[in-house]
Amino acid sequence: MKRSSWTDYQKDIADDNYYYARSCIRQNFFPGSEKVFLDIIGKDLGRNIFDDPLHTSCTGIGYHSDVVPLETIMAVVARQFALMSEAGYENFTSSCITSFGIYTELLATWEEFPETEERTRENLFKATGREFKKPKNLAHTSDVIFHHREEIARKAKRKLVNAYTGEPLKVVEHIGCHYAKIFPKKGVGGSEFPYVLAGMVESWGGEVVDYPERRHCCGFGFRNYLVQANRGYSIANSHKKLESMAPYKPDFIVCNCPGCSMFLDKWQYTIAEMEGTTYGQNGAGIPVLTYEEMAGLVLGYDPWELGMQMHQVDVEPLLDKMGVEYDPAAKYLGKNGKYLSRPERALVNSCSQETLYKIKQ
Amino acid sequence: MKHVIVIGGGIAGMQCASELLRHGVAVTIIEKDKDLGGKIRNWHKLFPTFTPADEVLAEMRHRLKVSSNLTVKTNCEATKITAKRVTLSSGEELKCDATVIATGFTLFDAKIKEEYGYGIYDNVITSADLEQMFNENNVRLKQGGTPRRIAILHCVGSRDEKVCQRHCSKVCCVTGVKQAMELKEMFPTADVFNFYMDIRMFGPGYEEMYREAQTKHNVHFVRGRISEVSPTIDNRLQIKAEDTLTGRPLKIGVDMLVLLIGMKANDLNQTLVEECNLQAQPSGFMRAKDSFLHNVESNVGGVFYAGAVTAPKNVGESINEGTSAAHAVVEWLEKR
Repeated sequence: MKRSSWTDYQKDIADDNYYYARSCIRQNFFPGSEKVFLDIIGKDLGRNIFDDPLHTSCTGIGYHSDVVPLETIMAVVARQFALMSEAGYENFTSSCITSFGIYTELLATWEEFPETEERTRENLFKATGREFKKPKNLAHTSDVIFHHREEIARKAKRKLVNAYTGEPLKVVEHIGCHYAKIFPKKGVGGSEFPYVLAGMVESWGGEVVDYPERRHCCGFGFRNYLVQANRGYSIANSHKKLESMAPYKPDFIVCNCPGCSMFLDKWQYTIAEMEGTTYGQNGAGIPVLTYEEMAGLVLGYDPWELGMQMHQVDVEPLLDKMGVEYDPAAKYLGKNGKYLSRPERALVNSCSQETLYKIKQ
Repeated sequence: MKHVIVIGGGIAGMQCASELLRHGVAVTIIEKDKDLGGKIRNWHKLFPTFTPADEVLAEMRHRLKVSSNLTVKTNCEATKITAKRVTLSSGEELKCDATVIATGFTLFDAKIKEEYGYGIYDNVITSADLEQMFNENNVRLKQGGTPRRIAILHCVGSRDEKVCQRHCSKVCCVTGVKQAMELKEMFPTADVFNFYMDIRMFGPGYEEMYREAQTKHNVHFVRGRISEVSPTIDNRLQIKAEDTLTGRPLKIGVDMLVLLIGMKANDLNQTLVEECNLQAQPSGFMRAKDSFLHNVESNVGGVFYAGAVTAPKNVGESINEGTSAAHAVVEWLEKR
């Protein structure tokens, strides 16, 4: 595809000194991703990043589900900014796409309606005695990785290349609605042809798959999922995407948004159980990675350190394709080496380590 | 002998110049391209009669050739315009007794509507590209072969607040019908779909064309906007739209998508406002002194307008306005 338009949507991304805000979903479902992001930025790239134990959820999920009022979320976000200012930082980076959308939306609201900012300052001060400065630079953590992608490429231990054939791996990249569909100019590449993940994939040797439902929502959609009766809408969206991408035989999916990573991974299990349909080339599922995991693999991290055992769809076929050396038996071992037990085998799973685990036990 | 400078050598400017010459006025035409004719030079056939654009242009050129009081400066732009003086991009200054601005319009850049993939997907083309293909007798898919299913999308860059083009470009509807009929004649077995908001058939013979397109050529008309275009694995284009008459979403695969790009105000107009004390409308098109009785005059005495510089117009209207502007200029000169 000729990606001519993404260059029109460039954004300033700070090079160093980040205040880090975690994601509710990512730290629960992909805790290794947040850990490796901090390691990549701090250790591999030698940049300064602050993981503040005082910060909280942005309450974005509650806001989008109509249980957290606008004034409340404004005060919560103002508190995050106050913590950033108190810690001596100006560059705010958020791990979650929903949060990134929230921060962007509220900064724009304060810009357009200054009285709301004034009221937020009053509310924050009354509630916490804190004052805040707006960030000088706001970036999603994928923006930060994108910003450093060439440096990561120079330090790469592996490329996104099929170790058997030498061909680039085919990668489906999924951006997440709240990254750029709300404010296209705040995302690298805009909303129609976002480049934030595609840029990483291309810099690290892979090939992006452009398929008909590329822009379509994963189906999270807050109320689609949070209201149990609506979950059919949620899975229908993921189903539409998976059906559309499958003919291109992607080697893996990489997601920008924690919610998308979760749904595109776990709905594959549900679809397989409901219909018996799987979308991977090996008759199992298509592995779904976070971009931190993708960067971690490129930089030579151990897949189990990255937390890839938390995935519903097994990643081993991808690891083999990339020529990653790993210990299959270590997949479900805890930090202290204790066996944590393994999930039940399902249609989307391709690996059977029963024998190995029996030996370990 | 009085001397009038006509800025813009399209059909309105050419007609205005020929009328002025007929009235014994010396004329200089300033044209930014290498040749006279304007955008019609790249057009194939004109609605509603399917007259070859070349025929009209040949006649316009013939009308200009009969006088020796004509100077044509091509590859040349005007940077400042007053009733008595025109400054060119080369720095040269030309004196005159009146000026006529006939700079026309700028075609909307379809790349701005990113969701349609112009410049990204090979077989997404504009109506202007299609005319060029007709002229070269080379309507083909980029990968070779002929299209079996073609979609034509109306109002690309017209009536669209998101791209700050709120006005109707007026001629796109009938152009879509004309191009659909030409495509059906070229590829009788192909399916041709027109996606429209409204069909505005304002001119004589237009409504009849619209009917003929349906009854004789079996062109399909779907009331709905296309929301996005994506590539498919077999190198086709997937289109998503809503058929607003049936109230249902629609998804079809096509081989080619033609975007009917609108007329936007000429990029030069901003300079006219800032440098020449002329007035523009909110749409960016120049504002005539009066919409009814002085619609070829500007707010500055001795500076006149002709053609699509003041609003989207078709070929016939532009030629008529060239004539009207010439008469207004002559009347103005006679009073001096």
